[in-house]
Amino acid sequence: MSDNYILLDYGSGGKSAQRLVSQVFVRHFANPVLETLDDAALLHMNGPIAMSTDGYTVDPIEFPGGDIGCLAVNGTVNDVAMLGAVPKYLSCGFIIEEGLPMDVLERIVASMGNAAKKAGVLIVTGDTKVVPKGAADKLFITTTGIGEVQRTPAPSGHNAKPGDAVLLSGSMGDHGLTIMALREGLPLEMETRSDCAPLNHMVAALMQAIPQVHTLRDPTRGGLATTLNEIAGQSGVAIEVEESQVPVNPGVAAGCAVLGLDPLYLANEGKLICIVPQEFAEQALATMRSFPEGAGAVQVGTVLEPGKGLQQGQVALRTPMGGRRLLGMLEGEQLPRIC
Amino acid sequence: MPQASFSSKEFADPELCKGLLRTLRDELDGPLRFMEVCGSHTVAIFRSGLRSLLPEGITHLSGPGCPVCVTHDSEIAAFLALAEKDNVTIATFGDLMRVPGPKGMSLKQAKAQGARVQVVYSPLDALALARQEPERHVVFLGVGFETTAPGVAATIQTAAAQKLENFSVLCCHKLVPPALEALLQTSAASQQEVGAASQGGIDAFLLPGHVSTILGVQPYAFIAQQYHTPAVVAGFDPADILQALLLLVRMRKQGKAEVLNQYSRAVQDNGNPRARAVMDAVFSTVDAPWRGIGLLPGSGLAIRPEYAAFDAMQRFSLTLAPTPEPKGCKCGAVLQGLLTPPQCPLFGKACTPANPVGPCMVSTEGSCAAYFAYGNL
Ligand code: SF4
Repeated sequence: MSDNYILLDYGSGGKSAQRLVSQVFVRHFANPVLETLDDAALLHMNGPIAMSTDGYTVDPIEFPGGDIGCLAVNGTVNDVAMLGAVPKYLSCGFIIEEGLPMDVLERIVASMGNAAKKAGVLIVTGDTKVVPKGAADKLFITTTGIGEVQRTPAPSGHNAKPGDAVLLSGSMGDHGLTIMALREGLPLEMETRSDCAPLNHMVAALMQAIPQVHTLRDPTRGGLATTLNEIAGQSGVAIEVEESQVPVNPGVAAGCAVLGLDPLYLANEGKLICIVPQEFAEQALATMRSFPEGAGAVQVGTVLEPGKGLQQGQVALRTPMGGRRLLGMLEGEQLPRIC
Repeated sequence: MPQASFSSKEFADPELCKGLLRTLRDELDGPLRFMEVCGSHTVAIFRSGLRSLLPEGITHLSGPGCPVCVTHDSEIAAFLALAEKDNVTIATFGDLMRVPGPKGMSLKQAKAQGARVQVVYSPLDALALARQEPERHVVFLGVGFETTAPGVAATIQTAAAQKLENFSVLCCHKLVPPALEALLQTSAASQQEVGAASQGGIDAFLLPGHVSTILGVQPYAFIAQQYHTPAVVAGFDPADILQALLLLVRMRKQGKAEVLNQYSRAVQDNGNPRARAVMDAVFSTVDAPWRGIGLLPGSGLAIRPEYAAFDAMQRFSLTLAPTPEPKGCKCGAVLQGLLTPPQCPLFGKACTPANPVGPCMVSTEGSCAAYFAYGNL
């Protein structure tokens, strides 16, 4: 593109807008559905459809392990996948602040294109708006994804049953801590990276191997603790988690100690919680471990019948020295934009 | 509030803790009601699950140890009044954002309505902000105990040396020993009233490690000397707390009341004289209002006249208007160890972390909030 910065003209629908679409977006998202450049994308799908939408406003927009572009693809791909569905198509809406350097936009769009390719989805339609300086912060992206549901009833937060095993695909808090540390300009002794990754391939394998999967959820904002509380509430059960089993990378643990944070409440962007009947736990773990994004999969807890010490909807944590306490929901913490 | 971390893996070792718990159980020779007076201790005891493992006979009470919880309504009202002024940027530790003032209004809400409120991790960040925005006046909200006060004092000195004209501090710092003294007085009085068999009373104190890195041990001597109550300065890992409890149990066994230092890896017996000197140079002691407790003599800090240019109270002619304590709240009794939070009729009903009625529910380190978050399992 000839200009070095995004100007208001690029959102006008005129010539420069067209150039932006063809030279940046279409080039990096390259696929036949998008390339028709009709008013809408024509799609062919089978059976029940899962659909999810999410807005991404992370600040900073580039960080170790990813950027707002791959986050916008993977975040929505993962949400669709959590219904046991195969994500197929994405739409994306960009809100760009006037003055954003062109090379930054190009990098982010390229990163979205790569992420889509990795996840095996097509970005088939989109929209771009440019707003005056100060009306948005650099770049906001909204993506909507649809996918084909493989099995009904689909896995759901309402399906956890007493006796089920609670499995985790890997370490907690990597994304949340990386962003917090960057935002606050805190020098951390050990490097941390966002875990931003697509989970749909691992989910497809899980669904194939173990049709009995009761619940799949990705613990994004609010982290493991919040997501487990939601599941316990929706399913009308209690959950107990063994703290010493929850994987936390050393850099994240060290950063949390400095910042006074709890990794169990930090966001993840490439991890999932899988709840299955205990007898399928080993098989599910083996399946997850056969993927790089699930290499650290472990069982971290058990679903319990409510009433025995814990009420319906409560989550308890068994601490390393053998104590027990509630693992509650966070109360509107002062968190920066992390996704 | 960000604080230096002296946490050590060694003192969180589950096996060490299990051993200490066994020893504690063996040596305990009667009921012991201990009170911690530091929000970090409250959270550490609940979070580690230690509370569910304490031998029967040991009762854990949480005192007024969270600096955010004890920030008075009238002080919050002053923060909000400042936030409303054009051209003023408020710089604050994040924990204060949620604390509701008189009409339920908080800094968070003020920010949503357009006030400039910036969360900082250190008072020096506030100074940097003042340099970046010379056209605005930056007010740092000085809250906290002896742990944070020296850093704020040093920041004021730096601002003075740099002749910065658009920076001031709204000083609401509070001091720990005068609050302990007030607690011991009411505890003694209530025991006399109801007789020795009363449920109330404090047998021993777990003293705050962070504050003690500045104060040392001497300022607590009156606890043992005048009130014959044993006390131990302790760290924040589970084994620290267990070691301190063991020291308390042993002192009681021997009929001794002393102030001991378990946290010697971070706390020198004479504290940090340099930090205290900076504090003394910038601040003088005043009577201060504590939420849920009231006005305590000599329990707060004010900026000395030499540094009046950096005193937001004076620059903006603010005064603390008296405000009524919240209705139905039992915080006074909770903070004195006379009631546990679930015994308050509002606990978990009208009063929750999302909608706190009293100070103990406001901060995540408050005792009611800790009971609510971590449960009484
Ligand atoms: S539960 Fe609420 S109202 Fe009751 S003592 Fe605690 S803070 Fe006060």
